Amino acid sequence: MTPITPESVLRVHGRVSIRPEPFGALLYHFGTRRLSFLKSPVLLHVVESLGEGRTVAQALDDADVAPQQRPGVLRALATLRESEMLVEEAA
Amino acid sequence: MSTATLLERPAPAPRLIEHFERGLNSPICLTWELTYACNLSCVHCLSASGRRDPRELTTEECKAVIDELQRMQVFYVNIGGGEPTVRSDFWELIDYATSHDVGVKFSTNGVKITSEIAERLARNDYVDIQISLDGATAEVNDAIRGPGSFDLAMRALQRLSDAGMTRLKLSVVCTRTNIGQLDEFKAIADRFGAQLRLTRLRPAGRGADVWHELHPTQDQQRELYQWLLAHGEEVLTGDSFFHLSALGESLPGLNLCGAGRVVCLIDPIGDVYACPFAIHDEFLAGNIRSEGGFDGVWRHSDLFARLREPQTGGACSSCQFFDTCRGGCMAAKFFTGLPLDGPDPECVRGFADEALAAVDGERPKPSGDHSHRTSPPRPRAGKSRPVKLTLQLSKPTAPPVSACNANPLAGLSID
Repeated sequence: MTPITPESVLRVHGRVSIRPEPFGALLYHFGTRRLSFLKSPVLLHVVESLGEGRTVAQALDDADVAPQQRPGVLRALATLRESEMLVEEAA
Repeated sequence: MSTATLLERPAPAPRLIEHFERGLNSPICLTWELTYACNLSCVHCLSASGRRDPRELTTEECKAVIDELQRMQVFYVNIGGGEPTVRSDFWELIDYATSHDVGVKFSTNGVKITSEIAERLARNDYVDIQISLDGATAEVNDAIRGPGSFDLAMRALQRLSDAGMTRLKLSVVCTRTNIGQLDEFKAIADRFGAQLRLTRLRPAGRGADVWHELHPTQDQQRELYQWLLAHGEEVLTGDSFFHLSALGESLPGLNLCGAGRVVCLIDPIGDVYACPFAIHDEFLAGNIRSEGGFDGVWRHSDLFARLREPQTGGACSSCQFFDTCRGGCMAAKFFTGLPLDGPDPECVRGFADEALAAVDGERPKPSGDHSHRTSPPRPRAGKSRPVKLTLQLSKPTAPPVSACNANPLAGLSID
């Protein structure tokens, strides 16, 4: 699995729905029928800030993610890409 | 019957479980029973189905529920009954749901699965089908589900498989008479390209009447547990067997009673219950026909608020397996007359045995019963039901006369 970098460009898969929940959000992929959990409101904010050609770095800034939290968020994004919840666009 | 594919996944971090215990904005796993009508009379029916209830939701009301589920982002609904496919608007409702972002998994005994329907279902990506079978042989199955039901299920499996249906499941309720057939069930599922789904026999509905004779023995529970461990995630369980985790390792799944927290049931007349195994006034949260609809019931019912409060383990909290077993199934305890904060009636450590023996026959009765009044159901009027008439046969004493005969009393003989 190639790592997500701040320069990566990601968007939410077109068949994925995001349902906000007290702990963050539920993601459901209508294509793969898989359910994923965004386990923090910060991660939800990052995912919602993706799209329209924006880089991960821009989304992290939008969500005010503290530097020490960023590696963890990048790993979570990589997992979401792995399960096809997120799609990486060619930079 | 149904719980979700969504629950059949590896356990998430414990912190998430605590969130689940406090309840979510919308259910993850919603069961919706569309009718109490059924062509069969299975001895263990959870919803004591048989006859349609005249108050059942209309097509328009069902569509309004689907609209609401779409708004609430309930991505998936488990449809059952009764036999849901006997509703004349069933296929219309399935199409309506799947075109409104509500995927459907429905359970059927196969009665309405024609080759044509099978092909239509195979083309709809958002539909999963579960065929119910409770014996790997006709002898074992039909003793529980009724004569002819084994052939009915096998015919449906064949037609779906022939049509190329890939999202097919074979759904088995584990009982004393079929635990020895687990390998055979797996072979049947494999033959039709279906996934095997095993669930627990619950003492709900008519199941309460047969539970004592049909629930697996302790030895069989161990056999089932070993079999589940050996087959891992290739076999679905709907998180049914978390009480078995007290035998050692915990099984895949949430290992949590989701009632009113992540799970609930909408019954055919719109009543909302905490879970599909708890159709009883005690677990009735409200009705979708009330102001506020289903969303209002889910968010504001007093019952659900209580179920989302931290639960005490009661007698179980000192057990070393409490973290994974969590005292087992609320509905199973309720309908066997056990206290809700004590052990599950099938506690594998045997902690319920004494209490179960002490229950003096005063167990809660299901609040509703839609069972056929005769079993097997008698043929419906208008088709082949015999009509008893007494015909008087009198031999003609004279040849028939035409109506034009001048005598108005022609042909009449007075005895």
